[in-house]
This record gives sequence, structure tokens and C-alpha cells, in this order.
Amino acid sequence: MAEEIKPGCARPTGGPVGETEQTDLAATQNVHKEEVSMIQVGKQAPDFTAPGYLGNKFINMKLSDYLGKWVLLCFYPGDFTFV
Amino acid sequence: MEIMSISIDSMFVHKMWNDKELSKMVKGGIPFPMLSDAGGRVGKVFGIYDEDAGVENRGRFIIDPDGVIQGYEVLTPPVGRNVNETFRQVQAFQLVRKTKGAEATPSGWRPGKKTLKPGVDLVGNVWEDWSTDLAFD
Repeated sequence: MAEEIKPGCARPTGGPVGETEQTDLAATQNVHKEEVSMIQVGKQAPDFTAPGYLGNKFINMKLSDYLGKWVLLCFYPGDFTFV
Repeated sequence: MEIMSISIDSMFVHKMWNDKELSKMVKGGIPFPMLSDAGGRVGKVFGIYDEDAGVENRGRFIIDPDGVIQGYEVLTPPVGRNVNETFRQVQAFQLVRKTKGAEATPSGWRPGKKTLKPGVDLVGNVWEDWSTDLAFD
């Protein structure tokens, strides 16, 4: 399900699947790309990939690999915080 | 059910937090993936990334086997979640799915409590089937 990855010096990151990078042209023209939340109950969850840590291994996962299972996805402010 | 946690911390920090602190609270360490969303791009599409603080709020999403979001809850950082309530909601959604919508879970439902069977005969007759004290534990 989740593939193991080898840690390098770069800090890997994932992101939404299918999201296109903002072009340089748009950036230079100062085009403001409005971030619109697509979240709605009863609608498809946005797919994403993310690196992570599990069982003393670094992994890379994709939300859509978990189709067929119930998923509880929990965001939180940060490691070593108090709550 | 698959649980996954996600924050803006790197997977290296996740490892340190698990190894140095969380494994002292949870025997064997965290049993689910601790995901990294450096930059908050995933948090943004889920609508829970706080741009000003540069962190993600406590967003919790219940996603069904079809990838559909059935419920979510978002709290600001200082208040923790109620895990029992989350599990109760998952059990309720699982029951509704299993009965293909033939049963619905009224306010305060938990496993073992009465469900409602939506249909033409129930219209105007919920009061006979259900009472408000069932909304409370």
C-alpha cells in the first residue's frame, strides 16, 4: 500500500494529485491564484500524496490507494506541541 | 479503518517525536502513518491550513471506501478532539452504508441504540419511535 522510501538530504514533500504548478508567466504578471477549498461532505476527497514515517521506516503514500477502506485523516498543528 | 495523521512537520521530525516522546505514551510507538505536508499544500485543499500561522488546524475527515468525505470537524489548535465521538460517527456511517440507507442513526445514537427506518410510515411518527432522552448518554 505505502511504498518505502530512502531518506536523502532533501526534505521530501507530497501534494495534491493533479494540481498544476503555477506558471512563471502567471507569477510575473502578478496573477493571484485564489485557493478554493473543494471540501464538501458527500463529495469526493481530494487525492494527495505524502511522505511519512511508520514503523521505523520512511514511506510514501497516496490517499487513493486506500479506496475500499474507511480512512480517518487527522491534521494537527505540529509535532512536540502540547495538545 | 485506516488512520493517518498529517502535519507540516517533516518525516524526520515525525520520527523524533515518535521515538523520543510518543513511544513513551503508546507502547510500540504510533501504529499508523505520520504524514508530512511541508508547505501545507494538502492542508490548503482540505481547507484547514492557517496561512498566517503557517500550521494546520485540527481537521479530522471521515472518508468512506468510495473516497467520499462523510464528515469532518475542524478545531483551532488549543482544544483537542474527542476520539470516542469520532469513532461513534464512523460506526454510524458504517451502519448506514451496510444497510444501504435503510437505517439512519438519530441524535445521540451509539452502537446498541435504536436506529430509525426512514419510509412513508415514519413520516410524522418519529415521536412514537424515538424520544429526546435517547439523544443523551
